[in-house]
Amino acid sequence: MIHFDNVTKTYPNQGRPALENVSLDVEKGEFVFLVGPSGSGKSTFLRLVLKEERPSSGRIHVAGRDLARLTNWNVPHLRRRIGCVFQDFRLLPNKNVYQNIAFALEVIGKPRQFIRKVAPEVIDLVGLEGKRDRMPDELSGGEQQRVAMARAFVNRPMILLADEPTGNIDPATSIGIMKVLDRINRTGTTVVMATHDAAIVDSMRKRVIELEYGKVVRDQSRGVYGQAY
Amino acid sequence: MRAQFVFHEVWIGLRRNLTMTIALVVVVAISLSLLGTGLLFVKQVDSTRTFWQSRVQLSVYLCTTSDLYGNCKQNGAVTPAEIQSIKQQLTSNKDVTSATFVSAKANYTLFRQEFASNPVEKYALPDQIPASFEIRLRNTQADADPVSEVVDGYPGVSDVVNDSTILDQFYKLLDGARNAVVVIAIFLLVAAIMLVANTIRLSAFNRRRETSIMRLVGASNFYVQLPFLVEGMIAGLLGWLVSTGLLVLVKSLLLDSLQQYFPYGISLSTADLIEVVIVAMIIGLLICGITSFLTLRRYLRV
Repeated sequence: MIHFDNVTKTYPNQGRPALENVSLDVEKGEFVFLVGPSGSGKSTFLRLVLKEERPSSGRIHVAGRDLARLTNWNVPHLRRRIGCVFQDFRLLPNKNVYQNIAFALEVIGKPRQFIRKVAPEVIDLVGLEGKRDRMPDELSGGEQQRVAMARAFVNRPMILLADEPTGNIDPATSIGIMKVLDRINRTGTTVVMATHDAAIVDSMRKRVIELEYGKVVRDQSRGVYGQAY
Repeated sequence: MRAQFVFHEVWIGLRRNLTMTIALVVVVAISLSLLGTGLLFVKQVDSTRTFWQSRVQLSVYLCTTSDLYGNCKQNGAVTPAEIQSIKQQLTSNKDVTSATFVSAKANYTLFRQEFASNPVEKYALPDQIPASFEIRLRNTQADADPVSEVVDGYPGVSDVVNDSTILDQFYKLLDGARNAVVVIAIFLLVAAIMLVANTIRLSAFNRRRETSIMRLVGASNFYVQLPFLVEGMIAGLLGWLVSTGLLVLVKSLLLDSLQQYFPYGISLSTADLIEVVIVAMIIGLLICGITSFLTLRRYLRV
C-alpha cells in the first residue's frame, strides 16, 4: 500500500536530510505507529506519502501508483484515497459537525444524495450520534478529533494518515480516539499514525517503525514505544 | 460540478471581503467608463469626419443689404451679374468639383430647420441670411486655401468659410479629451489589476483553512480555484454594470448635448454605444479573470 524505496529527502538550505535512505513497506490493512523524537522525519514521511513534498531521491509508491509519475493534475485523485488527521483537528469553525464532514465530500463533487446517506453513517462510526448540529467550539478536544476522523474517513480512503492525533488530548480521551482508529483499521483501511504517546503505542501492540535523524532505526511488528534492546 | 457549492463559496468570499470588493467594483467601474468614454470620443470624431467628408467643404457667402463686411459695405447687396461672374470664377477652377448656388430664401429655410432647437433661430430675419455658393473640392485639405483666395474679396462676396477649420477645433477638443480620458483610464486599469490581485490574495488568505482542507481531501485545482476566479469575475462584472450606466449618461448628457453646438445630426447611434459597452465588458472580464488566475497560481499552489 505504501512502498518507500531508498528515499532521501533534503530540504533546501538544510545540511542534514530530513529522511535518509528510507526503505519500507506498509501492507494493505496494516496499523503502523511511526515513532521518534521531534525532527526525526515523521512529518516528512507523511508529507511525502501525500505528495506534498517530492523526494530528493528514491521511489515512492502509494496505493499502487508511482508518485514520481503522478502528474500534478492527478495529485487530488491520490489524496482522495488518503484520509488525514492532525494534532490540531483543522475543523472549519463556522460549520457544524455535519457540515464539516459534508464539506469534504462537496469539494470533490459528490452528489448531495450521497452525502446525506454517508455522512450520518460516519458520524455514528466515530461515536458522535446526536451531535451533528454542534459547532466545533461547543465540542471537547476529543469530540473535535472524532469529527476530524469522520471527515478523513467519510470518503472511505484506502489509507488513513494520523499525525499525532492524540497530541492535544488527555490520556483518558485518547483511548476513545484509538478505539475509533482501530475501528477504521478493521474496515480494511491502512492506518499510519505518527505519535509521541508511549502509553498508546505500548497498549496497542501494533507494528512500530522508529525514526531517528531521518533513518529507520527500528521496524518491529507488535512493538512498543521504548527501545526494545 | 456543483454550481450551488461554488456560488455559496463565492458569496462568502465577497461578503467577508466586502470593503475590498466595493473598492474593486468602484475602480473597475470608473476605469471602464473612462475607457468607454475614450472609445465613444473616437467614434464621435470618426462619424463627424465621415459626415463632413460627404458635405460641403467651402461656403462662399454673398453680400446682403445689411451686411457690414468691408467688401459689401460700399456695394450693397450682391447683383445677378456679380453672381454670374463669381460662378464663372468657381466653375472654371480645376480644383472645384461643383459649385452650387443657394438663394438667400433657400438658405433661410435651411437655417430655420437646422437651428430649430436653438434660440438663435427666433432672432434671425430673412434679409440677414445671405445667398451662397456651396463648393465641393477635389481635395479638401490641400485645395481649400487656394480656392478661397480666388473668390475672397471678389465683388459681391462677403465671406468665405472653410468648414474644416471650424471642425478642426472640434476635432482638437475631442482628440484632447479622448487622450486625457484614455491616459487616466490606463492608470486606473493598472490600479484595478493590482486591486484584483490584492482582493484575491486577501480572499485566499481569509479562506486558507477551507482551501487547505480542500486540497487535503483531494479537491481538484479547478474546484479549489474556481470560487476565487468567479469572485474576481463577479466583481469585474459588477464594475462593468456600473460603468454601463455611466457610459449611457456620458453619451446622452455629454456627447449628445455637444450636438446642439453643431447644427448637424451626427450623434452616435445606440449600436455604437452597445459596441463600446461590449468592448468594456470584455476588457473588464479579461482583466479580472486573468489577474485572478495568475494570483491564484501564486498563492494557491497544490
